[in-house]
Amino acid sequence: MLLNQFLFLGAFLFCTGIFGVLTRKNAVLVLMSIELMLAAVNVNLVAFGAFHNAPTDPARVVGQVFALFVLTIAAAEVGVGLAIVLLIYRNLHSADLDDADTLKG
Amino acid sequence: MWFLDHAWLVPLIPAVSFAVILLFGKRMPRQGAEVGITAVAASFVLACGTLVQWIQYVNDHNGGGGALGALGRSIGRLGAEGGEAQVLPVVHHLTWFENAGVKLGVGIQIDGLAVIVMFVVTLVSLLVHVYSYEYMRGDTRFTHYYASLSLFTASMLLLVVADNTLQMLVGWELVGLCSFMLIGHWWEEKPNSDAAVKAFLTTRTGDIGLLVGVAMTYWMVDSATGHGSFNILAVNQAAANPSVSHTLVMWTALALLLAIIGKSGQFPLHTWLPDAMAGPTPVSALIHAATMVVAGVYLGARLYPVFWYGLSIGTPGHGGLNAMAVIGGITVIIGAALAFVQDDIKKVLAYSTISQLGYMVMALGVGAWTAAVFHLFTHAFFKADLFLGAGSVSHSGSHHSFDMKKDMGGLRKYMPQTFWTFIIGSLALAGIFPLAGFWSKDEILVNAGHNGYKAFLVIGAVGAFLTAAYMTRCVYLTFFGEYRGSVAHEIAEVHEAEALAEGDELIEHHLAEEQDPHFVPGFGHADDHGDAPHESNWILTAPLWVLSFLAIFAGFLNIPHSEKFEEWFQPRFGFVDVHVAKFNVIVAVVSVLIALFGVALAYGYYWKGLGPQRLSERNRLAHAGKHFLVMKYYLDVLYTDIIVGSIKGPIANAAYWVNQHLIDNVLNDAGRTAVRAGRITYDYIDQRGVDGVVNGLATVTGESGGAVRRVQTGRLQFYALLLVLAVGVFALALWIFT
Repeated sequence: MLLNQFLFLGAFLFCTGIFGVLTRKNAVLVLMSIELMLAAVNVNLVAFGAFHNAPTDPARVVGQVFALFVLTIAAAEVGVGLAIVLLIYRNLHSADLDDADTLKG
Repeated sequence: MWFLDHAWLVPLIPAVSFAVILLFGKRMPRQGAEVGITAVAASFVLACGTLVQWIQYVNDHNGGGGALGALGRSIGRLGAEGGEAQVLPVVHHLTWFENAGVKLGVGIQIDGLAVIVMFVVTLVSLLVHVYSYEYMRGDTRFTHYYASLSLFTASMLLLVVADNTLQMLVGWELVGLCSFMLIGHWWEEKPNSDAAVKAFLTTRTGDIGLLVGVAMTYWMVDSATGHGSFNILAVNQAAANPSVSHTLVMWTALALLLAIIGKSGQFPLHTWLPDAMAGPTPVSALIHAATMVVAGVYLGARLYPVFWYGLSIGTPGHGGLNAMAVIGGITVIIGAALAFVQDDIKKVLAYSTISQLGYMVMALGVGAWTAAVFHLFTHAFFKADLFLGAGSVSHSGSHHSFDMKKDMGGLRKYMPQTFWTFIIGSLALAGIFPLAGFWSKDEILVNAGHNGYKAFLVIGAVGAFLTAAYMTRCVYLTFFGEYRGSVAHEIAEVHEAEALAEGDELIEHHLAEEQDPHFVPGFGHADDHGDAPHESNWILTAPLWVLSFLAIFAGFLNIPHSEKFEEWFQPRFGFVDVHVAKFNVIVAVVSVLIALFGVALAYGYYWKGLGPQRLSERNRLAHAGKHFLVMKYYLDVLYTDIIVGSIKGPIANAAYWVNQHLIDNVLNDAGRTAVRAGRITYDYIDQRGVDGVVNGLATVTGESGGAVRRVQTGRLQFYALLLVLAVGVFALALWIFT
């Protein structure tokens, strides 16, 4: 197994995520795309953790611990994000991001 | 040794008391007087402890105490003159500040001179504090009066305990300040504030000498040891050091002599002291008789080796003259002569003080160190006694007047206690055996003769004659004859038999009294007015009796064949080799006879009407002589009209011209230039420069804001796109540059 294979997987997931964020109109789908990007990062962390340390080194688990933290924070972030989406929907009666343009200068 | 080591507490306590009285005095039940009296009493106790321990300390060095020891010592001293054990002064000091490697300290130097003067200062100060409680009762500035007294006591003690000349200078100036404040205590009246200013400025003239002298003491030590110091012991040793130039020591001595002349009322700067009598009488007793005016003598005694070597006191060649003795001798005579023509009882005493201070300075000048300090010691008691007696007379006998001819006379009957204490003080001052003044004055005369200063022996004797005569005149005018005060006619009605004969004359006196410009109705305590003269209450008489007691017995401290004063208080370390003359029966008898002759002459003149009465009205020469004395030798005219006047006119005119033509022109030009510069600044810098920058910034901000605002579409995904593109650009940049 090579590190590159995992990095390619991560890059693919990340690009998919960005594509979703930039093209989807529905806020829920955008949130889901963000989750994809976070998953890509997790893949990278675990891969680097595994490949950059010797098999017996306890530091090998550092990448995995990091990924666990990212998962936790992603859960919290989704919680906040869905709450915002819910409030946008209540106020604008739509979950379409193009309708939420009150920040327009 | 506790008291000797902790002598710094003695000045510290009144200093604290000063602050407490000033801050909280008005709210206290006795308006601060209780704090002042308590503090100075504590100081007095400490000073007594210091005195006793010093005597023990000296006795320890003599090898044992007790009567047998004393006998053995006196025999031993006869055998080996000058072979006494050295007694080191107790010195403690700490660094006050340090500059360029020179340490300037504050400290104490406790030796015989310091402890005896400390004792005198605290004792007289305590009595004056008590006396003032009654004398100043009801005064508008009672609290400030006590605060000033406390500050004065603290400053005087600071001067006394000082171990360096710089600290002495500080104490010296502080006592001058307190003197100024207390002379001008009743400043609402112009003559009083004038007197305060005169005292301050005249002593300040002498203080120039002190400043120069203190600076020179530093260089004297520098020239002797290589590093300068203000330390008194070092200064005294430097004065004796042959490697120090004699010229330097001489000029130092002369500069310090000028300071003594200013502070101790010596000719020709004595003119402030009689005017200083404008202050409250207890102040005159404390400051202008017993303590502050002897600060000059104290300075002379403290730095005696400087004078001894600088003025060659020990080797009286050239007819036995030196500047110090001459100044003192002149002062003895001119002070005593002026006392004859004064009508104001306090001025008689003031001129007497000048004359007695002349004795002390003369004694220092003729090498009689011990006699000078001894006279300082005894004089403090009997002169304070006389001043407080005069205060008692004016308080209860003459309605706050000090004019002997107008408001006194015959008070012997009404004020017996004041009368007797005044008599004791006068006899002591006149030098009648065996009162205190006799012993100290006699010692000055004996030593003047012994040290080869025969001329000053004669001057001292003439001074003794004059002193006895003017004090007799003063006592006569105050206490004998008929009462001449403003209520004389009321008393005369009681004594109708006498009134029939003299009534007209007395009423005339009464009318004259009311026209007297010095008479201030309602001044002080209204309750005393209109009363017949009466004895003062015990708060005033108790200090008089204490001082009278000392005026009688203080002299026995140095009686012949015991000489405790000399043994205990004459320095025995780093000091000059003064030869103390033995008691001389002939000089003693002659000086007492001279004094008695003076008393007898004045008695004959005033009581019996013998001699040429009213000579000055008949004889032109005598009239001129009296006028010369009344005008105080025209010294005040010389100072105020001739010296100050001649400086004042031309200099003031020149200053006015400079002011009008030079300074005003410069100012006007400066003003016009400033206006022009302001206009230019407004037009070009403010309006165009600063405003342009500000407006330009605003315009740029506004327009760039308008351009950038188009990016803000409000569409979230457009922002995200920008974000991703930016990250892409950064990543590209990173990849290219690494």
